[in-house]
Amino acid sequence: MPTSLAPVSVDELKAIAKRVRAHIVEMVYEAQSGHPGGSLSAVELGVALYWNHLRVDPANPEDPGRDRFILSKGHATPFYYAVLAERGFFSADLLSGFRKLGSPLQGHPSMKALPGIEMSGGSLGQGLSFAIGHALAGRLEGREFRCWVLLGDGELNEGQVWEAAMAVPHFGLGDRVIALVDRNGIQNDGFADRIMRTNPPAMFAGFGWKVIECDGHDMAAVDAALAEAERPDERPRVVVAHTVKGKGVSFMENNPGFHGKAPTREQLEQALAQIAEGLA
Amino acid sequence: MTQTAPAAATREAYPFALIELVEQGVDVVAIDADLSVSTMGYQFGEKYPERWYTVGVAEQNMVGIAAGLAACGKTAFIASFAAFLPGRCFDQLRTSVAQPRGGLNVKCVASHGGITVGEDGMSAQAIEDLALVTSLIPFDVVVPADFEAAKQAIVAVGKTTRPAYVRTGRPKVPAIYGSDYRFELGKATRLREGSDVTIIACGVLVGIALEAANLLANEGVSARVLDMATIKPVDREAVIAAARETGAIVTAEEHQTTGGLGTAVARVLAETVPAPVSFVGVDRYGTSGKWDELLTYFDLTPARVAAAARDAISRKR
Repeated sequence: MPTSLAPVSVDELKAIAKRVRAHIVEMVYEAQSGHPGGSLSAVELGVALYWNHLRVDPANPEDPGRDRFILSKGHATPFYYAVLAERGFFSADLLSGFRKLGSPLQGHPSMKALPGIEMSGGSLGQGLSFAIGHALAGRLEGREFRCWVLLGDGELNEGQVWEAAMAVPHFGLGDRVIALVDRNGIQNDGFADRIMRTNPPAMFAGFGWKVIECDGHDMAAVDAALAEAERPDERPRVVVAHTVKGKGVSFMENNPGFHGKAPTREQLEQALAQIAEGLA
Repeated sequence: MTQTAPAAATREAYPFALIELVEQGVDVVAIDADLSVSTMGYQFGEKYPERWYTVGVAEQNMVGIAAGLAACGKTAFIASFAAFLPGRCFDQLRTSVAQPRGGLNVKCVASHGGITVGEDGMSAQAIEDLALVTSLIPFDVVVPADFEAAKQAIVAVGKTTRPAYVRTGRPKVPAIYGSDYRFELGKATRLREGSDVTIIACGVLVGIALEAANLLANEGVSARVLDMATIKPVDREAVIAAARETGAIVTAEEHQTTGGLGTAVARVLAETVPAPVSFVGVDRYGTSGKWDELLTYFDLTPARVAAAARDAISRKR
C-alpha cells in the first residue's frame, strides 16, 4: 500500500489551498461555466486529505492497495482537478482545458479519463455506494485501504445516500469507508434550509455513524478531524465540515448565484487578488 | 431440437450459472435486494456465502456497490425483478455502470420479466425493461427462452468484461433445448426452417412461435422460427437472411413493441433489406391473473402470432 506524505505543516497546507483556489476561479473563468461555489467550500477538506491522510502514489495511480477518494458531489470538478494536478497526478497545464472539447477534464468527472479520477459522477448520491463496493472488494482480497467519500449537503437529499449510509455499518465497513460532508448550506436553487432542510449530523447519527464536526476552513481543525475519522471505532465516521460556499472570494461567499456561474474578467482579477491575500 | 428436460423457470438457472462461473475461475460477487428467494440468488449465497451480499430493499445502492466491486476487478452480478432492475435504478446503471471507462463489469439478471409474473399485477409486470437497457450503450441484452438457454446465457455474459442484462421469467416453461444446445452471444438459433415468413421471438414467446408455425403449416404456410435470445447486439445476419429468404417478418416478445426486439429487428431491416413486419407484444398495462391466463388476456398466443404472420405475408410486394 502506498503511504501518505510525511506530515505537511498547516502553513504549507494553507499555501497549497491558495493555489487550488486560484486554479478553481481560473478554470471556471476560462471555461465560462462550472461550479465555483461548491469547489471553493471544499478546498481545506481536499488539501488536508490529499496531503496528510490519503495513502496514494501519483506515480502508481492504479495500485490496488491505494486509498480511494471518491467525489460524490461530482460538480466540484474545478476543486477535484486542481487538487489532483497540485498533488502530481497530472500536469496543471491540463486545467485550462476544463469543460472544453477535446479535453479529458469534462464538466463532471469521467472515470480514468486521467490518473486519479476514481469514479464517473455528476448524478448525485452515488459515491457512497461505489465506495462500499470498493471496500467489500478490499476486504475480500485482504487489503487495508480506506475509501473517503466527499458529499455535498444538498446531495444528502438523494435517497440513495441513505441506502448506502445504512449499509456501511451493516457490512461492518466503518474502518474502510469514511464520509465527508461539505456543509456549505447552499444548493442549486438556493439556501438549503429553504430548498430542503436537513440535519446532517443528526441524520448520520441516526444511521449509526459517529459524527465529527469541524470548521471546514480552519486547516488545523480539518486536519485533526480527518485524523480522528481514521481512528478505529465501532461506528463508521462522518466528518461534517461547516463551510462557506464560495469561500475565499468575497462576492462568491454565501452567494447562491455562484453555485454554477462563471466570473467576469474583472471579477476573476478581484478573486485572484483576494485569494492571494487570503482576505475573505 | 427435442424437449429433453422437464419444465423449469428460466430464473432457476441463475444460481447454477453463477456456481459454474466460480468453478471455472471467474471472480464472481453477487448481490440481491431482498428478493433472493425469488431471483434464486440465495442458492448461490448458500454455496458461496463469502461471494454473496444482500443489501435490503435498495436497488440503487445495489447497483453502486456492484460498480465499485467491478472497478476493483470483480465480476459483479446483481439480481432483482425486472420491474425494479432497471426500473428503480436506471440512472445508477447509466452513470455508475455504463459510462465509466466504457462500461464496468456488472451483470444484471432480472427475473420476473414481462407479464408472466402473473398475480402481482401491473406494477410487477415489466414491459419497459428492454427499452431501458438496450439504450445503455455498452450493455449486452439477452432474453433466454428456457432453463438451459438461461444458464448458458448467464455463463456467457459472465465471461465478458462488458455490462449485461439477462431477463429471466417467473413461471416454469417447457424446455426448448436439450443439453446439446450451445448458446452463442449475439447469434440467433434457427429452430424451424420456413420459406414464407419468419417469426423472430425471444423468451417465453419462442415456444408460442413454434406453436404458431404448426398452425401455419396446417394452412400450407411455411414459417421459419428464430430464437433471437440476444436483443443487443441483435444478429443482423440472421435478420437479413430471413428478409431475403422469406420476405416477411413477425417479431414476438413479452414487452412493449417499442424499444425491444421488434425495434431492433425493424432497424436492421430498414437499413438493409426492407420487408413487411408485424409486431406482437404488450402495449398496455396489465392486471392480475395466472401467467398462462395473462398470455391469453394479452393475446400472446399461437393464434395471434399466426395472424400476425398472415398479415405480414399479405403486405409482401
